[in-house]
Amino acid sequence: MEVCGTHTVSIFRNGIRAILPTSLKLLSGPGCPVCVTDQGYIDAVLQLAQRSDFLIATYGDMIRVPGKGGSLETKQSSADVKIVLSSEDALQLAKDNPDKTVVFVAVGFETTAPATAVVVKEAAEQNIDNFCILSSHKLVVPAMRALVSEMNHKIDAFLCPGHVSVIIGFRAFSEIVERYNRPCVVAGFEAVQIVEGLAEICRQLVAGKPELKSVYSAVVTEQGNTVAQALIDECFEAADGYWRGLGNIAKSTLKLRDKFSRFDAFKRFGITEVPVEDTSGCRCGEVLCGLIEPPECGLFGRSCSPQQPIGPCMVSSEGACAAWYKYGRTRESA
Amino acid sequence: MLAHGGGGRLSDELIRRHILPRLKNETLSELADSAKLNLESSSLCFTTDSYVVKPLFFNGGDIGKLAVCGTVNDLAVAGARPVALSLSLIIEEGFEFDVLEKILDSVSKAAQQNKVQIVAGDTKTVEAGAADKIFINTSGIGVRLDGVDLGFDKVAVGDKIIINGTIGDHGMTIISQREGIKFQSQLESDCAGLAELTCQLLNNTNGVKFMRDPTRGGLAATLSELSEQSGLSIVIHEADIPVNPTVQAAADMLGFDVLTVANEGKFIAVVSPDSAEDCLSLCRRHPLGEKASIIGEVVQTREAAVVQMLTKIGGSRVVQMPYGRELPRIC
Repeated sequence: MEVCGTHTVSIFRNGIRAILPTSLKLLSGPGCPVCVTDQGYIDAVLQLAQRSDFLIATYGDMIRVPGKGGSLETKQSSADVKIVLSSEDALQLAKDNPDKTVVFVAVGFETTAPATAVVVKEAAEQNIDNFCILSSHKLVVPAMRALVSEMNHKIDAFLCPGHVSVIIGFRAFSEIVERYNRPCVVAGFEAVQIVEGLAEICRQLVAGKPELKSVYSAVVTEQGNTVAQALIDECFEAADGYWRGLGNIAKSTLKLRDKFSRFDAFKRFGITEVPVEDTSGCRCGEVLCGLIEPPECGLFGRSCSPQQPIGPCMVSSEGACAAWYKYGRTRESA
Repeated sequence: MLAHGGGGRLSDELIRRHILPRLKNETLSELADSAKLNLESSSLCFTTDSYVVKPLFFNGGDIGKLAVCGTVNDLAVAGARPVALSLSLIIEEGFEFDVLEKILDSVSKAAQQNKVQIVAGDTKTVEAGAADKIFINTSGIGVRLDGVDLGFDKVAVGDKIIINGTIGDHGMTIISQREGIKFQSQLESDCAGLAELTCQLLNNTNGVKFMRDPTRGGLAATLSELSEQSGLSIVIHEADIPVNPTVQAAADMLGFDVLTVANEGKFIAVVSPDSAEDCLSLCRRHPLGEKASIIGEVVQTREAAVVQMLTKIGGSRVVQMPYGRELPRIC
């Protein structure tokens, strides 16, 4: 299973599936931040978007993810909704619009969490009180643990995410190797790097000896980026959290520590994330767990397409369903 | 700054002081209700396009240059030599004169470079908020080249596909500049008028069957349309598609597929296999075709007409018509 959405897209874009032996099957995992965002969280964002004195700052992909009552794109919001490329941009919006309360839709894995931490600290130091975040930052390893221990025993090995590993270091995956006996190999995003990672996984599987290895040694170290880790730790603590399709996973979500609670939109506006039972027939949850491939979902390519997505895996360009839809229509390339 | 005008003295002054001196030619200077044109042929191409690009100024061009080159290119790829353009400006009240002058200077320069005259025009100033700074429409007339007849129906199995250079430069420049991304200074739009090169190609070779400029939607959209309209499949080779490394890096960083990113100085030509090498070397002798490449060929359709790309590492994937706007990804 490739855990990261960027790997998924690169695998499709480079036509890697077409050159793999039939005995090797790639599953796309829960590594696209948009895809794993629970509907309840989107509904919380939509709730805040009803306030005309608010400005919602969000990464681009998030605006199309449907919650129960529509998406930021389709639902009539009273608040301004602005697409930002970084948390810094969101904080700048707060500085530029002192009459608005700016809520940053803080999603993503360990890759984006340090940048959120930086702006929360900056807001605290500079007393930028019209800024806050709605954190749904997620941690990769708890999800992998949940997958191999409960949800999908058929996963033989993990191609571990390159970007996340830059931050957390490849030793973070040691538990998956030692406790669950699955090879974990960190790889870069270029075609040859992915193939190199897959070759390493195959070598380990043939030898019957799961190992922890990085073939992305130019940027990923064993310890990772300790400065970024310290930033995350200073601002956030791990809490139980909901993942789309995977349900509630222990200690898998980052919530702001109490000392930063004035920047916590959940606390400040009394918002709660109510988990939502998905009744649309969407099988994104099973896709994210690697239990089915996107075309096995009855909605795929029929009522659910990138133009009119029902599930989040079809919204994000890095979602497994969108990648299958976009690049994988012929049998050879799928 | 421009005030909201109703066609009175202010508009007149705008035209006489700011527009006419820059675009001066005999036809336009008459300020008649219609331009009178004497053309050498009655076989013409006629096209129109509106330009609303933001930002107005970008590395490699601006809205004025784009408005001329875009319409010139639509005529060029139809197999015509562009002759005359109209220029309509819709300007938001409060727009600064010196910015307008810069844009008009660009229009003038691009028209000269592409050997077309601006023969008709119109200017409307609308109240603040009714337009976003400035919108430009240009329409163009071109004379069809003798004996040239291009179309989807001419495309046949075995034909080669040529592109005149790197892809994605315009789109990535605009996106990066719009998003304020740091590497923007290294990116430059390919905005350019292609008529000189296409006319040379059509006049000096005889295997060109179809041309198209891959603007919005990029190469992916143009090839998908070609496949759909001709009913034939297309195979392209990733290794042969020229991409500027900075453009590739920007696209990778923002999660864009460079095949879907817009170009403003590129055309693809579908040419017969026996003329492909001649066409390629002619392109490469022109400054706008130095990096020209044969990127693929037209093949028999098996089940349904598709565009397939053979990737650098030897894999393959389909290339589809892009849908909607692409959103920058999160990480």
